[in-house]
Amino acid sequence: MSKVKRQSPEGRARQLTTAEGLSLPLTIASRSARAGALLLDLALMIVAVILFLIAAIAIGVGTFSVGEGAAPGIELLAVIVLLFLFFARFGYFLWFELGPRGATPGKRALGIRVVARGGGRLTAEAVIARNLLRDVEVFIPVMLLITGQAAGGVINLLLFAWLAIFLLFPCFNRDNLRAGDLVAGTWVVETDRRKLPDAMSVSAQGVPAATVTPAYQFGDAELSVYGEHELQVLESVLRNNQPEAMRKVMDAICIKIGWTSGAGDERAFLEAFYAALRARLERNMRFGNRKKDKFS
Amino acid sequence: MALFPFFGRAEDISPPDIEAASLRSDRFRLERETDWRRLEAIVVALEKGRPRRISDDDLLALPVLYRQAASSLAVARETTLDAGTLGYLESLVRRAWFQIYGPRDGFPGWFRRFLAGGWSEAVRALWLEICIALAVMVAGTMVGWLLVARDVEWYHRLIPGEMSSGRAPGATREALAASLSGQNDAEGLTVFATYLFSNNSAVSILAFALGFAFGIPTVLLLVYNTAVLGAMMWLFVDAGLGWEFAAWLSIHGTTELLAILLAGAAGLHIGRSMAFPGSQSVLVAAESSGRRAATVMVGVVVMLAIAGLLEGYARQLLQPAPARAAVGSMMLLFWITYFTVLRRRSATIA
Repeated sequence: MSKVKRQSPEGRARQLTTAEGLSLPLTIASRSARAGALLLDLALMIVAVILFLIAAIAIGVGTFSVGEGAAPGIELLAVIVLLFLFFARFGYFLWFELGPRGATPGKRALGIRVVARGGGRLTAEAVIARNLLRDVEVFIPVMLLITGQAAGGVINLLLFAWLAIFLLFPCFNRDNLRAGDLVAGTWVVETDRRKLPDAMSVSAQGVPAATVTPAYQFGDAELSVYGEHELQVLESVLRNNQPEAMRKVMDAICIKIGWTSGAGDERAFLEAFYAALRARLERNMRFGNRKKDKFS
Repeated sequence: MALFPFFGRAEDISPPDIEAASLRSDRFRLERETDWRRLEAIVVALEKGRPRRISDDDLLALPVLYRQAASSLAVARETTLDAGTLGYLESLVRRAWFQIYGPRDGFPGWFRRFLAGGWSEAVRALWLEICIALAVMVAGTMVGWLLVARDVEWYHRLIPGEMSSGRAPGATREALAASLSGQNDAEGLTVFATYLFSNNSAVSILAFALGFAFGIPTVLLLVYNTAVLGAMMWLFVDAGLGWEFAAWLSIHGTTELLAILLAGAAGLHIGRSMAFPGSQSVLVAAESSGRRAATVMVGVVVMLAIAGLLEGYARQLLQPAPARAAVGSMMLLFWITYFTVLRRRSATIA
């Protein structure tokens, strides 16, 4: 527990069971992504506050120079500034995390969002709870640091150590939960937007690749050397469409299955091999035999 | 095609030539691709916060499309080895799930349900902690009173000089009475009210958030703040101004002290459920209590806003002690009625 380890992407993988009984893979956001998102949000807030104060002072100076009758204006301005600071502190995270993206601008920039931990709905109460605790976790330590109150005195030092525990809380649990996440029942996960790639067994002309190129025929012995992992590597090579990479892969396959490789027809060869291998593996899969990789 | 977002209209997309695929799993995919893209378009519109751009047909079809995509994913996991399609489907179902199970109606809608019963219900659920916090606050007041009654020096330790603003032992009765009367003009009161509101809210939120540490810091904070109150009470009663002080305090104090009581109770609620989770796991206990306490805390901020207005305006503008006491007890009566009587009309609120 006491040792803080860097987590691999596999270590951050979680399964979430939806109401339909479907298990959805999720990836917990890394601590660095969350820290980065927080710093971005804080920077945004500070910039907004500074801009607002400059604007307020500019307006204040403008009305003040008019003379005696300007006092109510100044008063109104002071109220607006106080309210703005209050809502910047408590409302910024709340507002954005209650939106449809469940993420502040900083979180969005780093591709992460807030989700309910149990697989239920993310409720407003949960978002409020996690952001009220943020006050002790983030704002008070930051203010102590800025005002330098933590510099002297045993009590201040103790206080600071106490707050550091909050700040470092995500480092001491597997799911990178901060205290607010724990209390609210939320966690922060990665979001990704993927595009649907083209179907592999349809060639660009809309004619089945396998029927066009009967030049390559593979037997059972040749197809049985590879498994699902190799198939997916081959898929990514074909999707990337790099001639040198395809050349290398073709050579490797030919050595493995005992063919002599030719030149100039790599893509057609690999497409045919891919289609044949996938057809075979998927057929076996329907019968319940899965072949993970070439070693199994 | 990627340049124009397609909103569910299939004619934008040329229907895939299913027969062109040689693999059975690719034919499976091509048959369903149009629906997946339609779902994706709806999800993108929802993510951008523009649900009005979605046509009625699409909105009605959303649950069906989501379930279709989810079952496609379940089938695809068992039948296809196309990593690209599987990855896309997983990401699509996940995004649709985030939208369907995401925050339902933003802050305004939640706030409306909160005022119409969610708040008072959460407060009632905290009755035990409210009793504990009340006992702590009464004890804190008594401690403050007794300490100062035995040794006046304690007054200066509890209340630093700049905070007391002339209300210190040794001050004349006239000076103390003057400190209770407000100014008659409203100049500067708005700023004062706003300052009180934001300062008090920050302190209450601190009291709540510290409840995470099994409630101990919350209790300390409550004791300290009420000890100050007790000390001040002693000072004014000693000078024979007990009634005036009570009236001066009650006009906003009934609301403010009640808010502090609720904030402390909310903090204690989290601390208690984490220290004694009962038959649940600590995580589950912390979660349900955290959500309930958060609801109460929003209410605390609302109450402190009202208390700030009362303190900043009503107290300074209303001079006679009976009027102040009347407003204070009216507010107390209002809150108690609101918290005990108001119930949710139905169980439709999730």
